[in-house]
Amino acid sequence: MHKIYLSLKYGFICVWSMFVVAPFLWALSTSFKDFQSVTSGATYIPWLQFEPTLEGWRVLWESPANGGVDIAEPYLNSIIVTCLASIISIILGTLSAYALSRFTFKAGFIRNNDITFFFISQRIMPPVVLSIPFFIMLGFLGLLDSMVGLIMVYIVLLMPIAVWIMVDFFNKVPREIDETALIDGCNPYQAFFKVVLPNSIPGMIVAGMFCLIFGWTDFFFAFILTFTEVQLLPVRIVALNSSITPWWSLSAAALISVAPLIVVAFIVERFLSKGNLSGALK
Amino acid sequence: MNFRHKHIFLLPGLLVLIGILIFPILFTVRLSLSSWDSFYPGLDFIGLENYIRLFTDDLRFWESFLRLGFLSLTTVFLQYVIGFSLALMVWRDIAFKRFFRVLFLIPMMSTPVIMTVIWKTVFHESLGPVNDFLSLFELTPLWLSNDFLAKITVIIVEVWQWTPFMFLLLLAGLLSLPEEAFLAASIDGAGPIRKFIYVTFPLMAPISIGAIIIRLIEASKIMDTVYVLTSGGPGTSTETSSFYIFIKGLREFQMGYSAALSFTYLVIMIISLTIIAKVLVRVLMKQD
Repeated sequence: MHKIYLSLKYGFICVWSMFVVAPFLWALSTSFKDFQSVTSGATYIPWLQFEPTLEGWRVLWESPANGGVDIAEPYLNSIIVTCLASIISIILGTLSAYALSRFTFKAGFIRNNDITFFFISQRIMPPVVLSIPFFIMLGFLGLLDSMVGLIMVYIVLLMPIAVWIMVDFFNKVPREIDETALIDGCNPYQAFFKVVLPNSIPGMIVAGMFCLIFGWTDFFFAFILTFTEVQLLPVRIVALNSSITPWWSLSAAALISVAPLIVVAFIVERFLSKGNLSGALK
Repeated sequence: MNFRHKHIFLLPGLLVLIGILIFPILFTVRLSLSSWDSFYPGLDFIGLENYIRLFTDDLRFWESFLRLGFLSLTTVFLQYVIGFSLALMVWRDIAFKRFFRVLFLIPMMSTPVIMTVIWKTVFHESLGPVNDFLSLFELTPLWLSNDFLAKITVIIVEVWQWTPFMFLLLLAGLLSLPEEAFLAASIDGAGPIRKFIYVTFPLMAPISIGAIIIRLIEASKIMDTVYVLTSGGPGTSTETSSFYIFIKGLREFQMGYSAALSFTYLVIMIISLTIIAKVLVRVLMKQD
């Protein structure tokens, strides 16, 4: 009985691991192919089944004038926009979450829970609903196709996540910490910045990781709200998906785009195993 | 603990969010009462005409809604079952525990739209590895140009992409469960299956509900996958509400009508998510 259970368990884990890894391995193999090897049918092992070339990786750094793709610039744009939007969301989200977790607000029928729900409910809106009015608003403000405009939009996207994670996190930080600080003669701001904040670094890191993930992986807003000046990575890569898709450079670009977030996966796992995440995600 | 400066903590975030969102929301409502399209761009006032057309003369919208319901419920259900099993498996003693945890998280870290382009090559009818494998059995299904298989493909890609998120939420929940309950169950001589039914599952119910609702919210926005993989096709067989709104608004430039669609969509989503949350609470927490 126990043996059957164990073999089922490891079997399932193996199958799922293969499923998870398969598209990446396929992309890795494809990125070393050229037109000839792609169009002659599915092949997997370099040297044995096809002659590998570095063409797919090389064109990523060439300028479009030389028939390349040049993902360096959109890569940098993506990093700047995602990081700035995440940082702003974390700062504002943490402050709001602290207020919602510690103080009681009353305005008519609105209570703390309603305000929290308002923050989180922003995630219900599909990007397509917001994209048209955002397009017109940013056009009016002259921020279309600019980083500032994109960062504004991403804040709306990311702050709900920061508030959601931080409210739960602060609810688990004992109130006695603040109260002791207040009794010791701190004013509420000192209590927050000197005592509460240092204790909530793990929560903020988790929230930050989530913001990075959802910011980095967004496609639709960048697709609608930018054209040529500020192109983000997903938009540039998806543009390759045309009638004649260059599978090799597409695969190489996809692998490069995943790379930075693998680090995020390790950080998230570390917090998970240390038990810090369980407080932050519930 | 209460003091008059409490607003200074709350307001920056709230005001920034409202400040950025107030115009888009009001504008959508106003736009839905106009006939703005590519021929006559402008905010005229035509009353509820768009809404009347939407409720009486647009079967395609309601079909896309049903399809969205089918796709999101199926994917979230699969994600929950698989995510929960995976979380249970790497929860306790297992070789290479941390390695598997990282590995299972990775699909979530990859950009959906980019990975979907890769999936499109995987499911390519003549050059992709899936059909290369199936051709051993004399099968070459047309994954992306068959009504039924196109839906299956979208579901496979969505499950691949977002099961990790479910896995993460559920594993975090499992790791926070109190040890005492399991000790007590062991002392009473409960086996692994009984432990799961009487201890783990009931304790996980609130976390499960939270995770399912969050995933349903995110899954209802399903758009990138459909856009790249099938463009709603073949015909309209994978067209979801978001994608239909996208076609009306940004392909055919019927801005006014798409605003009405958006607004109706939001209202229906909020109502149905609330109902689903209530039902889930009743079903999963009935032991209490």
